[in-house]
Amino acid sequence: MVNWARRNSVWPATFGLACCAIEMMASTNSRYDLARFGSEAFRASPRQADLMIVAGRVSKKMAPVLRRIYDQMPEPKWVISMGDCASCGGVFNNYAILQGVDQIVPVDIYVPGCPPNPDALIYAINQLQKKIDREHFGDLR
Amino acid sequence: MVDFEIRLGLSPTDLTVRESQNKRPDDWVDLDAEKDVELRLVTENFPGQVLKSRMFRDEKTIWVKRDNIVEILRMLRDHKETAFNFLSDLTAVDLLKMNAPSEERFEIVYNLYSMSSFQRLRVKAVVPEVDAVIETVERVWPAANWLEREVYDLFGIVFKNHSDLRRIQMPDDWIGHPLRKDYPMGGEQVEFSFNVRKS
Repeated sequence: MVNWARRNSVWPATFGLACCAIEMMASTNSRYDLARFGSEAFRASPRQADLMIVAGRVSKKMAPVLRRIYDQMPEPKWVISMGDCASCGGVFNNYAILQGVDQIVPVDIYVPGCPPNPDALIYAINQLQKKIDREHFGDLR
Repeated sequence: MVDFEIRLGLSPTDLTVRESQNKRPDDWVDLDAEKDVELRLVTENFPGQVLKSRMFRDEKTIWVKRDNIVEILRMLRDHKETAFNFLSDLTAVDLLKMNAPSEERFEIVYNLYSMSSFQRLRVKAVVPEVDAVIETVERVWPAANWLEREVYDLFGIVFKNHSDLRRIQMPDDWIGHPLRKDYPMGGEQVEFSFNVRKS
């Protein structure tokens, strides 16, 4: 019951950094509507959000900021790593870009693509909802 | 038969522009010191500072020594014949392997633009590797503040008398200057079949 409530009201805190942010915005538009899955409000403040969608490349200068925003989110929280740059560094294999955001935050769902189709992001949110369904309330998160 | 270009609806000025673009001049042509106004002004007022000059596809470039660079640029900004009042960019070039060992390693590039006469000019100041210091042009164009910080951050060229010389792009505690040619690319090693981890 609790899982049903949690999965159907996932409020994302968007961490739109680069080009993937445009696709994230596109997935919230009227054509691919993300709000019909419960992500009605994209809260700007991490204190009021459940899900952090890391959309875009994370540079090594931005990495401590990302970790701080993740720490400011209250439990239960999930992370979707959207796009190639957040998942594995993408095309940028150099000194300045973090090679995958899973080096600093634990990621639940990876979405491949450069940028991923808004369909792909919605599929990822669906997969995340299925993952939330399987959680046991007694587990320490 | 209608003429192809006129059928496209191009105006006569468009046609002349297209003609001058299609006519390729010889690539690197030296500027003429008498005819060209910028080179003439610099060589008259600062003798011995100009190293060479070049005109490449309507782009003028003048190489100078770094000694009087602030006065040269201030004169180019204030003189009524040139009036380059807009510094559109300030970057640097690392010519580590390209130049002969006797030549200097860095070039600071000043891209100037004159808003009144719509002319562009590129002034390059040559900076050696060992004593990579040059005077700041912050007092001539205030926009040079951040541009010089970027050059210091990425190349390690120190700007004398700069008001706030610190890193602007890399994290503050970064060691090294990334855009030098001997700085490694970084990142992680790409896995191919011959170096894949056996696990």
